[in-house]
Amino acid sequence: MEIIDTFFNVEVLLRTYPLMLKGLWITIKLGVVSIIAGLALGLVLALIRLYAAPPVQLLARIYIDVFRSLPLLVLLIIVYYALPFVGISMSSFWSAMVALTLVSGAYTAEIFRAGIQAIPKGQFEASQALGLGYRHMMVDVILPQAVKIVIPPLTNNSINVVKDTALASVVAMPDLLKQATQAQALAANPSPLILAAAIYVTILWPLVAAVSRMERRIGAGER
Amino acid sequence: MDGFVSIRNLQKFYGEFRALKGINLDIAEGEVICIVGPSGSGKSTLIRCINRLESFEDTSEIVVDGIPVMPGKSLAKVRAEVGMVFQSFNLFPHLTVRRNVMLAPSRVRGLSTTEATDRANFLLERVGISEQADKYPEHLSGGQQQRVAIARALAMEPRVMLFDEPTSALDPEMVGEVLDVMKDLAGTGVTMIVVTHEMGFARQVADRVIFMDGGEVIETGKPDEIFSNPKEPRTQNFLSAVLNH
Repeated sequence: MEIIDTFFNVEVLLRTYPLMLKGLWITIKLGVVSIIAGLALGLVLALIRLYAAPPVQLLARIYIDVFRSLPLLVLLIIVYYALPFVGISMSSFWSAMVALTLVSGAYTAEIFRAGIQAIPKGQFEASQALGLGYRHMMVDVILPQAVKIVIPPLTNNSINVVKDTALASVVAMPDLLKQATQAQALAANPSPLILAAAIYVTILWPLVAAVSRMERRIGAGER
Repeated sequence: MDGFVSIRNLQKFYGEFRALKGINLDIAEGEVICIVGPSGSGKSTLIRCINRLESFEDTSEIVVDGIPVMPGKSLAKVRAEVGMVFQSFNLFPHLTVRRNVMLAPSRVRGLSTTEATDRANFLLERVGISEQADKYPEHLSGGQQQRVAIARALAMEPRVMLFDEPTSALDPEMVGEVLDVMKDLAGTGVTMIVVTHEMGFARQVADRVIFMDGGEVIETGKPDEIFSNPKEPRTQNFLSAVLNH
């Protein structure tokens, strides 16, 4: 069976899988770090966008719009290849992490903003009337309710971040995709690429399914 | 400034629209005030200014227990002293009934969890909801939710309680249970300012009734005077429209 030998070559896979596992580990590390940093950045941006003084609000809006318009690959290449000219030099991992975080933060900011704005005005008024300060109002009343609303879109965004980590292979970061292309060159056989694809799907499918489930449940709850 | 709650020249604009046209009002400590009037007369806006859920003109002045109601530090003090009950309850849906009542005392007054729990249990007992304490608000009837909202406001031990049409969103059979709790409360000496369409309640419980129309106080007096012998034509028209049905 020629197709099996070409795409699912067991001997090649056995030889290259330690390399692939190393790549997978880096992909996961990069994904998790960028998702967490992006969430923090997004929350701060959303609060600025909603509640800061108007000129600062405008800055947050500009940031959010710019980083949603900028292709991630372009940003990544700028961070990795252009910033060293002004003395900012980062490893490929940190370059990728910075680029992913900057963009993910812009998207999560919009998700958080929509979630906070979906909370009825009465919840803010009840908190204020009880004498809760801004911090307690947000932490104890508004954000716990907003989080429930934003979990499906935030999960979606996290899936995108993990997928986008593959772009880091263009700045020579030894992630899953990079290791697979190298293994393919080494073995002169594309099976590692197929394995890499299968690994991405295996990791992300459960998350995709979870989002669908959550969205169905929320849709049913609203009726 | 004579009153426990003093309102001087209170003006409020929504764009060009003058919602409150220079209101003056003094309310004594322990007094129970009912504000009545047609919708759009500014009565809700008036009480929402007292804890500054609505901003008002800089030339206006409101003082509660000697504390001026203005943005900044003093506003936090005012809000801690002034409880509010809303038409739409506004309970926190992600917290159990007991936690709804515990939240502000533990965060604002710094009560320990045990103290806050005791206080919540006591107040829920008082409004007759103790058996529902571990449920979430969505599992309670409207009348029960509003009684929890009253307990939640009382948990801050306010000196003044504001009620913004507390029974208007309730099914008719639940109005009575909420009014009963408010009647009990009126007997405890807390200052109450109640915006309501319940004329029977106003007549029975209020020390003083204020009739508002078009952003102004038209007439104020003892319930008997206002309901049996209104002097102003606008009051007469409103009452005959409301009471003849």
